[in-house]
Amino acid sequence: MDISLQQVEYRYQVNTPFEHLAIQDVSIDIPSGTFLAIIGHTGSGKSTVLQHLNALLQPTKGKVIIGEREIAAGQKQKNLKDVRKKVGIVFQFPEHQLFEETVEKDIIFGPRNFGVSEAEAKRKARAALNSVNLSPEILEKSPFDLSGGQMRRVAIAGVLAMEPDVIVLDEPTAGLDPRGRKEIMEMFYHLHKERNLSTILVTHSMEDAAKYADRIVILKSGRVMKQGTPEEIFSAPRELMQLGLDVPEVVRFQMKLEEKLGFKLGQVYLSTEQLSDALARRFIRGDQS
Amino acid sequence: MKNPIVSLKNISFQYDPEERFALEDVSFDIYEGEWLAIVGHNGSGKSTMAKLLNGLQFPQHGEIAVAGIKLTEESVWDIRKYIGMVFQNPDNQFVGSTVEDDVAFGLENNGVPREEMVQRVEDSLKRVKMDKFLHQEPHNLSGGQKQRVAIASVLALRPAVIILDEATSMLDPRGRAEVLETVRTLKGEKGLTVISITHDLDEAAKADRIIVMNQGKVFREGTPREIFSMEGELVQLGLDIPFAVKMSNVLRAKGFSLPKQYLSEEELVTDLWTYHFSK
Repeated sequence: MDISLQQVEYRYQVNTPFEHLAIQDVSIDIPSGTFLAIIGHTGSGKSTVLQHLNALLQPTKGKVIIGEREIAAGQKQKNLKDVRKKVGIVFQFPEHQLFEETVEKDIIFGPRNFGVSEAEAKRKARAALNSVNLSPEILEKSPFDLSGGQMRRVAIAGVLAMEPDVIVLDEPTAGLDPRGRKEIMEMFYHLHKERNLSTILVTHSMEDAAKYADRIVILKSGRVMKQGTPEEIFSAPRELMQLGLDVPEVVRFQMKLEEKLGFKLGQVYLSTEQLSDALARRFIRGDQS
Repeated sequence: MKNPIVSLKNISFQYDPEERFALEDVSFDIYEGEWLAIVGHNGSGKSTMAKLLNGLQFPQHGEIAVAGIKLTEESVWDIRKYIGMVFQNPDNQFVGSTVEDDVAFGLENNGVPREEMVQRVEDSLKRVKMDKFLHQEPHNLSGGQKQRVAIASVLALRPAVIILDEATSMLDPRGRAEVLETVRTLKGEKGLTVISITHDLDEAAKADRIIVMNQGKVFREGTPREIFSMEGELVQLGLDIPFAVKMSNVLRAKGFSLPKQYLSEEELVTDLWTYHFSK
């Protein structure tokens, strides 16, 4: 399912003394199957953009197209259930939203709300648990007796059980240790490929953006500052760093090396493997190209 | 020279008698003026240790002493004067309605006279470079700024030890850098002892000493250089290794000869240049 934001503006609390312009002139195309990373500081408008992706917020100017639906400023929207069923959002610290007595009841809550029969919802719950690499044995447990990492997976399963076409992830690895971070990201990447989902990842991690995303959008003060492929984005690392943004470690390393060498390698390399290959070609084997 | 300010002797703790031990037979000393990083996977017992150190929980076995005072339910209020804590979530520890009130809160609770309170609030905010924000409300601050106010609130009480319990893990890269820079300056100025509980190995690489926790036990203790030479073992424990270590390994595999262990990118760039590119 394609999503497109066209010149979207959003103001909070319009016509009150608290009116506040959160994002403006934001245009982003997310064709079906894209893995998009959205990057920006706290307060850059990331969460506001995110909430437009399934019409939790509706633009105060411009429009958002989600599949067949057009959500334009100034129009009253009815029955957004369809949109919300197709676009699943995993909010930050999703485990804080667990509330049911058992894992199974928690996971089937979403599908049941969208009119799925109980038997079918339970089947989906099992499939979703499998996708997040948890065993069906925990279905009868209280979600509050699980470890933090397991709770997060259960909460994610609750979103997957709705079988969305688009999945939006808001800092899904916050608070996890390095292994936990890697496992969760690999899991989402696998689902993305296997189910041909569109995945939108809101993150601070330039490493994850460089590793998984097809496209990256950088937000600053409520506007799109830059968008492109990871190679395009990271080809000017100094510029990003001057804006107070990080670049992937390998990119920063290449930059420092080029400064020491006094010349450029000609392109940006996004993994240690690629960079070391390029260096070996040039300095061990002596290729000049 | 090495003066233990905190010492843990054979500490064991479990939250529930039917569950496994969150900490099991843990012993180590923390020395005056050092920056100690405690690393470990989720559930390794790091945060439990922080809770025991300032008496939010009490161990079932063993003994903790702070500045020579044994930590008990009776002495806990004295001990908390020595140890200040900064928690993970910047939004859960802001109690005042303005920056100034927030820092004053702990002082009021300790019955510090008003004159002195005003002075201490100003001083501690200056030290974390937040003195321009005296009358700001918390929602106007970034995460990094809130954490710096939290540090100022702790500093105002003049502790000897400050514990950062994953205090930078919810911040963006800029906020993280701000907070760490602040702590580094403070440590330099006043000989403050810093205990930093963290997943961030680049942060741990800057500490004087690292303790690696695994499944409630001390797995290894050493300087960053010693700890990061464990490499593969660290990854097995669910941790990571610093970028310079990773990069130099990949380069060696491709035929570059690099004579030592690299903890910083600068060292590695310099040696690459010296051994390969300058020829």
